[in-house]
This record gives sequence, structure tokens and C-alpha cells, in this order.
Amino acid sequence: MLNARDILETITMIQDENLDVRTITMGISLLDCCHSDSDIMCRKVYDKITRYAKDLVKTGEQIEKELGIPIINKRISVTPAAMILASTDDKNAVKLAKTLDSAARTCGVNFLGGFSALVHKGFGPGDKELIEAIPEALASTDFLCSSVNIGSTKTGINMDAVGLMGKVVKKSAELTADRGCIGPAKLVVFCNAPEDNPFMAGAFHGAGEPDCVINVGVSGPGVVRAALAKASDTMDLTQVADLIKKTAFKITRMGQLVAAQASERLGVPFGIVDLSLAPTPAVGDSVAHILEEMGLEVCGCHGTTAALALLNDAVKKGGVMASSHVGGLSGAFIPVTEDAGMIDAARCGALTITKLEAMTAVCSVGLDMINIPGDTPADVIAAVIADEAAIGMVNSKTTAVRVIPAIGKKVGDELDFGGLLGGGPVMPLSTYSPSKFIARGGRIPAPMQSLKN
Amino acid sequence: MRAVITVIGKDMVGILAKVSVKCAEKNINVLEVTQSILQDMFAMIMMVDISNSSVPFTEFTDELEQMGREMNLSIHAMHEDIFNAMHTI
Repeated sequence: MLNARDILETITMIQDENLDVRTITMGISLLDCCHSDSDIMCRKVYDKITRYAKDLVKTGEQIEKELGIPIINKRISVTPAAMILASTDDKNAVKLAKTLDSAARTCGVNFLGGFSALVHKGFGPGDKELIEAIPEALASTDFLCSSVNIGSTKTGINMDAVGLMGKVVKKSAELTADRGCIGPAKLVVFCNAPEDNPFMAGAFHGAGEPDCVINVGVSGPGVVRAALAKASDTMDLTQVADLIKKTAFKITRMGQLVAAQASERLGVPFGIVDLSLAPTPAVGDSVAHILEEMGLEVCGCHGTTAALALLNDAVKKGGVMASSHVGGLSGAFIPVTEDAGMIDAARCGALTITKLEAMTAVCSVGLDMINIPGDTPADVIAAVIADEAAIGMVNSKTTAVRVIPAIGKKVGDELDFGGLLGGGPVMPLSTYSPSKFIARGGRIPAPMQSLKN
Repeated sequence: MRAVITVIGKDMVGILAKVSVKCAEKNINVLEVTQSILQDMFAMIMMVDISNSSVPFTEFTDELEQMGREMNLSIHAMHEDIFNAMHTI
């Protein structure tokens, strides 16, 4: 028999501490949709996605009801679109983007990821066409998410792609300036991108994945914060790490259960559970507040990187045993505009982009959802991407950049997206120029894997 | 198939009766009940067997939640699996 305390603990986690499954993401391979005629290819893409994912939302809602656990998002990720675009004669990326968007609309999902290109070593057929079409694709669709992998530990960093992405991010903001610059909020630039990430905006279905797969992303920063708040202030950090591990274990078990149920009901193999602490702007669902609960006055002060390192590692350690397959990004996310504590810390000046950059060396992703001044030159954005990619490349971890140039706004102004994407202040970047460095292009060679110090 | 019904809120006359009647109407068998009252707050946990339920489980949870709103209580029915997954290895 279950004991009453355990039952009430679960209920409290769900009711009061915002515990939820953040996303069930169905990964679908589009490799068999290739065709030289783009009309035929688009039809095949639309048919395959809507056939495979027709029951995704319904099944998700059913599981949500039966288990009593909120499943916030049902999403789709597809093969990096550049791979199938390569097969067409006209390389019309925007047409493909609109097809993907209408398939997402038909299935009722709230995002579809995979308008992506993997160019960490160089541009293949279709890659440049797709990347150059990203601003227009994001401006003319509602559900599409895009990502580009520009570097990896094994290949180094493709600086030509980095330079291009600086321009793409900027243009993407300009084209959506009338809609709160939403374009770049759906665009991630990766180094070491994982092939099975269920979280947007960076989700895509890697080339090594099966035809169709179910990946689940859990959440629950509120639960971790509440567990720390209830615990004694005299706990040392070993005990704090232990408490986080235990909490992460419980959260992940729930994700594993949902993943197993979804996979069985949809008749699709289970891929991975992504054990991430993904914050939302809702009060009590913040990663920054966990760090503050550990004893920091405000997120961003000295000590933040160490606290985040402890948190990220403990989440992984606790979650790993709770799931049969773990993957994706797994760890703690630090998206500024999506985290109530980070927003406050950024507003009061405690949290700066330089501190965030340091934090990305130990968190699970990178510089995420940061509003930057609208007049930031493209090469400065490219340099931010290059710095972040270098951290990922050298440390053999995933890093990413998702910055939003707030067109027409300057430092201190606010830019809001609403919903899960939140909103926050425009943060300052260094105004000195990296132009010459970025203009050189070429590739930064892959780093040494020995002589580590 | 078993489910757990939890009722949390201010104590009043007839909570157990109302929830049990709802279960009986749907041919849901009550297996076990524990309840406690902490500082006027009523917390009841019911383990029920839903294998022979006359309605789909999701419909039953909707009706219970609706009843909860009417009585100003928080009533939830959740599948047993979620608790087993979280609290047992």
C-alpha cells in the first residue's frame, strides 16, 4: 500500500510546486520524403507528419487526465530540413517551412522543430539556402522552430557559418519587429547539438534516430526549490546535492512513466527522457530561485557558477537511475526571459551577460532567451555565438545561443513575448568591435583531447 | 486497475458520503480509506478499483473535480501508477 505522506507529497508537487511534464515530442524522420520536385516532396512531408502525429495531442491529453499530471506541450521534431531540401531542384526552403508549419497546425501541436542545418564542418547542398531562408521562414510561420549547428568538439567551429548566423539572427528580428521580435526566439545556434533533444527551439530528429520516436522532457524547478526551502539551512552542500538528487529522481520517474505510456499507446518506440529543469515565467518555477534558495542573495552574484554546477550535476545524477534511457540536453536551463528569478536579477543588474556566459560552462545549454539592444551589429552577435561555441567545443558539452535583438529598443527597455517565452529587460553587450576577427571566416580547428588543464 | 482519490479542503459534513456515492454510481469499488484532520483541514485518501467502472476514467475524474469545485474542496483522482513510479523503486 502506498503511504499517505507519499501521496500527499506528489499532490503538493503538482498542485503547488508546478511539477509537470514539459513536453512529449515525437521525432519523425523525413529522409524518405526526398524528391527532386519540391511540390511532391512537400506533399510527402505533410502526409507523413500528419499521419504519424495525428493522435499525438489526443493521446497526450488522455495520459494527462488519467495520471493527473499536466503535460504542457505536445510537439514534433523532424529531420534537419536542409537534408531533404538538398534533394530538390529549386531548393525552395520557405515553401518547405510553410509545409511544416501547416502540418504542425493540422496535428494541433504548439511547436515543430527541425528547420535546421548541421554545418559544423562546412555547408552541404541545401544548407546555405536553408540558413539564408530562416528569417523569412520564421516570419511567415507560427509553429516552426529553427536551429543550426555551427561547431562541435570533434570538428571545431565553422566560422563562416558563425558569421552568417549573426546576420540571420539580426534579420530574423527585423522581419518580426512588429510581432515583438519573436523570430529569433525560435532560433537556436548550437555547438555539439544533441540529436534527440525534445525541447524547443532546438529540437530536431537526428540522422541516427529511428523512423519515429517519442522523447519526453520533464521539468520541475519549483519542486527542487520547495524541497530546499523545507530543508534546514544548516545543511552542508553535500547534503544539498543529495536532496536535489532525490528530488530529481522522483521527477524523472514521472517523466519515464509518461514516456512509457505515450510510446505504448502511440505504438512508437521510446527514445529518451530529457531530465531538464526547465523554468517558466510562472512564480515558483524558477531555476534562479533554486540557486537563491541555496544561499545566494541574488542569482548572478559571485558563487552563482559554483551553485549552478552543483545543481546541474545533481540533477543528472538523480535522474539517470530513474529512466531507462536518458538523453537530450539533461541538466538545468538558464533562459533569462523564461525565468522569473533571472528576470528580476537581470533588472536589478546582478545578472549580466558576462556572468551568464560563465554559467553556460556548467549549465546544460547556453546563452538562452536574452534580449539584446536592437542596434547590435550582426558581427557582434556572431562573436557572441563564437564565444559560446568555443566554451562548448573545448568542454565537450552542448552550448547554444538564442539572443533576441530588440529592434527599436535600448538597454533597460523591456521586451515581452508572452506565454512560456516570457519577457524581460534588454541587457547590455560590449560595444567594442570584433568585426575583423569575424570577417576572417574559416574554421577554428578542433581542440586537443589530451593535455587537459 | 486502481486509482487514488484525494480530497483536501475545509472539513464539513458528508464529504466521505458524497465521494463514496459518486464511486458507487459508477461501479467503482472503494478498497481503502485513510483520512486525517489537521487544523481544520480535511485530507482524505481513497484507494479505489476502477476495473469495472461504468464510465471512462477521464470522465470520472472530470465529474469528481466538478464536484470538488461545487463543495469548495480540491478533489483529484489519479492513476495509481504515478505514485508507484515516484515512490517505489
